[in-house]
Amino acid sequence: MVDTNNEKTYDLSVNLGDFKLDNPVIPASGTFGFGYEFEDYYDLNILGSISLKGTTKDARFGNPTPRIAECKKGLINSIGLQNPGIDAVIEKEIPRLRYSYKKKVIANISGFSIEEYKECCEKIDKVEEVAIIELNISCPNVHNGGMAFGTSPEAAKEVTKVAKEVTTKPVYVKLTPNVTNIVEIAKACEEGGADGICLINTLLGMRIDLKTKKPTIANKMGGFSGPAIFPVALRMVYQVYEAVNIPIIGVGGIETADDVIEMMLAGATAVEVGAANLKNPYACKEIIDDLPIKMKKYGIENLKNIIGMAHQ
Amino acid sequence: MYKRNKYKVKSNKKIAKNVYEMILEGDTTYIVRPGQFINIEIDEFYLRRPISVCDYDSETITVIYKVVGNGTEKMSTLKEGEILDILTGLGNGFSEKASGERPLLIGGGVGTPPMYNLCKKLIEQGKKPIVVLGFGAIDEVFYEDKFKKLGAQVLISTVDGSYGTKGFVTDIIKQLKDYTYYYACGPKNMLKAVYDIAVGDGELSFEEKMGCGFGACMGCTCKTKNGDKRLCKHGPVLKKEEIIW
Repeated sequence: MVDTNNEKTYDLSVNLGDFKLDNPVIPASGTFGFGYEFEDYYDLNILGSISLKGTTKDARFGNPTPRIAECKKGLINSIGLQNPGIDAVIEKEIPRLRYSYKKKVIANISGFSIEEYKECCEKIDKVEEVAIIELNISCPNVHNGGMAFGTSPEAAKEVTKVAKEVTTKPVYVKLTPNVTNIVEIAKACEEGGADGICLINTLLGMRIDLKTKKPTIANKMGGFSGPAIFPVALRMVYQVYEAVNIPIIGVGGIETADDVIEMMLAGATAVEVGAANLKNPYACKEIIDDLPIKMKKYGIENLKNIIGMAHQ
Repeated sequence: MYKRNKYKVKSNKKIAKNVYEMILEGDTTYIVRPGQFINIEIDEFYLRRPISVCDYDSETITVIYKVVGNGTEKMSTLKEGEILDILTGLGNGFSEKASGERPLLIGGGVGTPPMYNLCKKLIEQGKKPIVVLGFGAIDEVFYEDKFKKLGAQVLISTVDGSYGTKGFVTDIIKQLKDYTYYYACGPKNMLKAVYDIAVGDGELSFEEKMGCGFGACMGCTCKTKNGDKRLCKHGPVLKKEEIIW
């Protein structure tokens, strides 16, 4: 973008390995459907990329409703990985998104066993539209799966290794914040061959309805997201940046261009915007429109140059 | 097709116990069918409040809501002239074409509002709707005269018998014959009771806690005979034959 007043050019582009993004803003998995739910609102091609709804081997209905609870500065969700299954995502959802989105996407893959992760990665490996596989080992809303892999360094390393064996696409592992030591998990993923780290998923939380005196969500607990978790996400990105040598996608409570810049200063190469999309469907567009203005304000000409700058 | 726009509060007044009618001025072009809803942002609350459209014309949207929590309580304090950020054109709405000559419109409590624009449209098309409305007590009754002014036959039940037929909407419906189709909106237990006793085909509008209101978060999914449906996007209206209780 060219600022005509003082003839400065603002470069928003970033690189996740070989994947070149026009800007660092990516809608986060689970908050953007399969993308086309937002096509009425704005031209999706302005986005850096799109992280698709978490996908499993088989179709899943997800958890019982109510699945949503409002919080101050955020919400709790307990969707439970509702998705039509890997085959339908490849045959129907990704081609459907193609009508309105021409860039490459990030496929978010989840599973209940190593074999399921493996099978999904094998299948998605053949999909040209997919630039990156985001290995979701951090879903707090399913039992015996998801987060179970993300809370043990050994399991995280193992599932990363298996994914890497069956795909040539870059594998980014999405981590849960519900652990004692995020750094050792991130390091284990790097040792397992991860091409990048994505963090954080939601924080396990709950609400109780004062009228019924019972948990608001049918599944009792769920994943807390929204601006309230931003400082936690920022801290974890900062810690992981110091410990690994692979790119980081920072996610958690990002709502504004200021948040994007702050997350990149902590060490994120790109960011994902989650809960904000649900409250304001234009959130990503507004952030992208505002980024050059904020870059000017903070004296930043090239976003790539600020990645991890807070560590210097 | 749905869009976000700014709307000005034209009026916001109490019309029954804990029930308010709010008229909003702004772009209404994305509302295309009765039974759709809008999603209203309220200061200090993270999620929007989905409220069904009661009526609309080229310049205004009328919504009716019940104060059930802190968000709707805040909404009830909105003053004339205040500006709201709203998503419109959400949900599938009712299909008017299926109505036949003498459709039955059933509203329970704040399930009544979407029946109003539907009733208006059906009467404009020369149909002769019967409107059955159920409330808890006389102080909760609203819009009886408005439906009558449209030219509809209106029958009312109250649980405590303080007005109209004592009991539930189903106590009225079981006496009725010769209706061609039915539309229902209200609490889930009312919908189930209607589903069990109403004759012939119909469609029912459901409620669920929503995250986004436009199909992105999958917070409001339900099982149907036609597969899993997101109530905000593929509903809130479901055809009788596809419902799984």
